[in-house]
Amino acid sequence: MSNRVAIIGVGMCKFGELWDQNLKDFTLEAGMYAIFDAGVPGSDIDGMVIGNMSAGRFTNQEHLGALAVDMGGLGDIPAYSVEAACASGGAAVRQAYMAIKSGEHNVMLVLGSEKMSDVNQTEAMNTISVASDWEWEGMFGATFPALYAFMARRHMYEYGTTEEHLALPTVKNHANAAHNPWAQFQSPVPIDVVMKSGMLADPLRVLHSAPVTDGAAGLVMCSEELAKKYTDTPVFIEASDQRSDTLALHDRKSITTMNAVVSSTKGALMEANLELKDIDVFELHDSFSIGEIILTEDVGIAKKGEGGKALEEGITEIGGKFPVNTSGGLKARGHPVGATGVAQIVELALQLRGDAEKRQVDGAEKALAVNIGGTGATSIVHVLRR
Amino acid sequence: MAEQGVASVWRRIKAIYTIQGNMCETCGTYYFPPRPVCPECRRKGKLELYTFKGLGTIYSFTVVRQAPEDFKRQMPYVIAQIELDEGTRLTAQIVNVDIKDVKIGMRVRSCFRKIKEFGPGGIIAYGYKFEPTMKVTGHEEKPIPKGKSQ
Repeated sequence: MSNRVAIIGVGMCKFGELWDQNLKDFTLEAGMYAIFDAGVPGSDIDGMVIGNMSAGRFTNQEHLGALAVDMGGLGDIPAYSVEAACASGGAAVRQAYMAIKSGEHNVMLVLGSEKMSDVNQTEAMNTISVASDWEWEGMFGATFPALYAFMARRHMYEYGTTEEHLALPTVKNHANAAHNPWAQFQSPVPIDVVMKSGMLADPLRVLHSAPVTDGAAGLVMCSEELAKKYTDTPVFIEASDQRSDTLALHDRKSITTMNAVVSSTKGALMEANLELKDIDVFELHDSFSIGEIILTEDVGIAKKGEGGKALEEGITEIGGKFPVNTSGGLKARGHPVGATGVAQIVELALQLRGDAEKRQVDGAEKALAVNIGGTGATSIVHVLRR
Repeated sequence: MAEQGVASVWRRIKAIYTIQGNMCETCGTYYFPPRPVCPECRRKGKLELYTFKGLGTIYSFTVVRQAPEDFKRQMPYVIAQIELDEGTRLTAQIVNVDIKDVKIGMRVRSCFRKIKEFGPGGIIAYGYKFEPTMKVTGHEEKPIPKGKSQ
């Protein structure tokens, strides 16, 4: 029996600071688009899972599973809410993958959502900071950007990564987002602007960092057998893997590699019976530009220490050998924390269907997404194939 | 109910005031903050309390220029990962230093400082920060071999 899980519908709201919409409005929008795209009657959906990091702190609202099912008019189906910090979206995809694979659910709606702009910039950063070990990092003054700055500084020290290298993911991702109508920032940014932007935590600058974003993304997923009933262009999840690491960054042997990413990527590729060279397009978690550099190495596109060089050589641009973050990534598409992991899968599904328009990677057949929680304490990898 | 922050700091005072962690007698690994279980040995582990000497080396660092409300008055401040001589790392501020002199590999020692206030009228938390060894003690700028007390 074929037992693959298919993605049959994708949807997103336009990401940005959506001052005129609340959490319900745009979550519903993303879910509706996914359902319309799938052509599935609402009555066929028998389960719903939503990824969200911190609606309780951002908007004083929890219990998002029930909220989403209620607003969507989906009746009394079971609704699950999952949290894994910035990897909440990836965790939602994986929960649905496991539920369908086990046979417990047949057709599921997967959502990821975050409303971040109802609090001020400082409070938004504080809320993100609880993804690290707050008692032993945050309480002593280590902000979330500061922790990524530790990685960046150490990467520069160990491998000679430069400030130019740190700016390259931003430049590339903004250029890609210029062709993504759902992205928060659709204008290119020249490298000198990135390198002169305000300092957050040396050597990391404002334009090395993903923005505060409101947004939601959605998928409709079902078993392979059922997929044929709804669509001619299903995209299959060939593998799903998730690994953990220490919550605090200072407890890791190395802070220039993310072990959870290395092992979850290896595990997922093995499960999919593929090698890295088979993958045509990637979404890698670039909450900070150093994150994309480290992940470029940890998934195996570049050797350890040569992530910056790979960017310099254009290997990860659209048209390069291993295009990364064709959507614009977290930096330019925007990073509504809980939505990001789902939005990555939306982008890759569009790429594999050939629906990515001006940012299309020619003939893309296989794709891989890495979604990170905290400073790498959670890593969730999905491998997709058309 | 405790005032904001009181109980959460008070119950960790030993660790925060004296850098008390633990050491697994089975595998010889030092932990800070103290761990309830040795992740190397699990049920075979034997964790004993251990007070760190408070000497170490800067492993990585940054200068924070956008901080939460509780830290705004201290900006810009240096925060670092410090590798203690016992081999474990922790995260703390570096003080008594000119920002441009901070570098990876710099020898530092712990000092007792105010960490933050838990909002207006909240309690004041004290604990460890680190400062360059040279400035205070005249220690030579070279790492002390592991296992050797000074």
